Amino acid sequence: MVPLSHYLILGAILFALSVVGIFLNRKNLVVLLMAIELMLLAVNMNFVAFAHFLGDLGGQVFVFFILTVAAAESAIGLAILVVVFRNRRSINVEDLDSLKG
Amino acid sequence: MTAAMPNFLPVAPEIFVFSMACVILLVDLFLSDARRGVTYLLTQLTLIGAAVLTVKGMSAAAVMTFNGMFVGDALANVLKLAIYGVTFFGFAYSRDYLRERGMYRGEYFVLGLFGVVGMMVMASASHFLTLYLGLELLSLCVYAMVALQRDSGQSTEAAMKYFVLGAMASGLLLYGMSMLYGMTGSLEISAVRKAIEGLSADNVILVFGLVFVVVGIAFKLGAVPFHMWVPDVYHGAPTAVTVYLGTAPKLAAFALVMRLLVGGLEGLAVSWQSMLIILAILSMAAGNVIAIAQDNIKRMLAYSSISHMGFFLLGIVSVSQNGYSSALFYVVVYAVMSLGAFGMVILLSRAGFEAERLDDFKGLNQRSPWHAFLMLLVMISMAGVPPTFGFYAKLLVIQSVINAGMIWLAIVAVLLAVIGAFYYLRVIKLMYFDDADDKAPLGGPADVRVLMGINALALVLLIPWVGVLMEVCRAAIRALAVA
Repeated sequence: MVPLSHYLILGAILFALSVVGIFLNRKNLVVLLMAIELMLLAVNMNFVAFAHFLGDLGGQVFVFFILTVAAAESAIGLAILVVVFRNRRSINVEDLDSLKG
Repeated sequence: MTAAMPNFLPVAPEIFVFSMACVILLVDLFLSDARRGVTYLLTQLTLIGAAVLTVKGMSAAAVMTFNGMFVGDALANVLKLAIYGVTFFGFAYSRDYLRERGMYRGEYFVLGLFGVVGMMVMASASHFLTLYLGLELLSLCVYAMVALQRDSGQSTEAAMKYFVLGAMASGLLLYGMSMLYGMTGSLEISAVRKAIEGLSADNVILVFGLVFVVVGIAFKLGAVPFHMWVPDVYHGAPTAVTVYLGTAPKLAAFALVMRLLVGGLEGLAVSWQSMLIILAILSMAAGNVIAIAQDNIKRMLAYSSISHMGFFLLGIVSVSQNGYSSALFYVVVYAVMSLGAFGMVILLSRAGFEAERLDDFKGLNQRSPWHAFLMLLVMISMAGVPPTFGFYAKLLVIQSVINAGMIWLAIVAVLLAVIGAFYYLRVIKLMYFDDADDKAPLGGPADVRVLMGINALALVLLIPWVGVLMEVCRAAIRALAVA
């Protein structure tokens, strides 16, 4: 039986990877969206692990909702990505610099 | 196992607004551009109807429904009524702005109403799941609204920045929630509260979860150092959207703080108090100082919103009934002031011209003394000059901090408020003592002028009733403590 701590460490690693992906990625907006999805999956890992070890179904139901919202979120994210590309002909993160002050 | 029918009565306003938003979405499909006013009217009627339903459904005791996921209490009612009010005014201000820019379609109003449903759910949430779903419903609508001007580079860039940081904030908040769930074994906020009483206050995982929750909340509030998105989004979004996202969502963010930190995690107050003190001081300092350097009024108001969020956190920091109710009072007053300020920016704009530079306010007194006077009221209220509501709001939060024994924090807050007064007074100086570049008299439809007048004058003329309003806030917070 895999102990709870292993799941939590895996969740933490995934979460850290996604945060690094958001802050260190300077090239591509699509990678940014992927990092956000990974972050939500890390949270799901935590919820499922806790729900299993607590013997409580609430956490697993929460995961279904997070998955659904994540799908809606990436739909909006990709839609915004498309309009950004239409306006700038680029999805480079560094090109998003017209707003300053 | 049988599922009992939940009590739908406390949820009636949410169901009503949600169904009406769907109806408006359909009705709008069949309208020609000339008859778009129907969409607008239906939207405003929906908000009025929701207010009637909320007032009718008020009860002295808190009502739980949907297995403890949703609560109807005085705090939720006060916040919901304030949300309807500022959204109603915001939609009215936006109408002509949208028409002149070819955005006068159903999308703005429908997304706005769905966002209102999200805020209402947040205000009434008593479970991590409802809190999260309300927050996401609001956020997803606002991301789309910021990008409403599809062919504008600024607007889409702002939407992208807002989306990435907002989605990350939700991720952080959820990660914190998962830790809290693991330690307390429940997702229901009142059960979490009970479980925390039985745990030691320096339980590592609990504090770990708390840190993530506080960071997530700080992102949503736009408190320094998690404020990077605020100026860009306020600036880049069409002003009609800025007026929406700069007012009502602040009330929803207050609900998030109250339900989560105060309702659920008050047992960890010692830990979150010190985190919030740092956030509050940094927000007041950075917000007020950086605002001085701005020449774009939307950016200036964005930094001013950051500093106001710092002040509102002062009320929470004092960890007392009095402090929470003054924070509620502050956030409602802030929403009204910010509504007036952005409303004035919209009123000065016209087709093909955005009045977003500070210089566009030059000599406003020569062009329209009445509007200059209204803007003067909004600005002195934001600066906290008596006898305006802004002054009482600041006074009450600072008083609560002093009562909590943190006199040094009160001194810091007052000093930073004085620094902040500079840039509000600069707007007044521009309006009254400089010559206008553009002498054209101000237009604007009659209903918007009347609403604008009500909005700004309310900040002064309602002062005799300040005690009554404060009592409403106190009663709302008391209801939270009993539940």
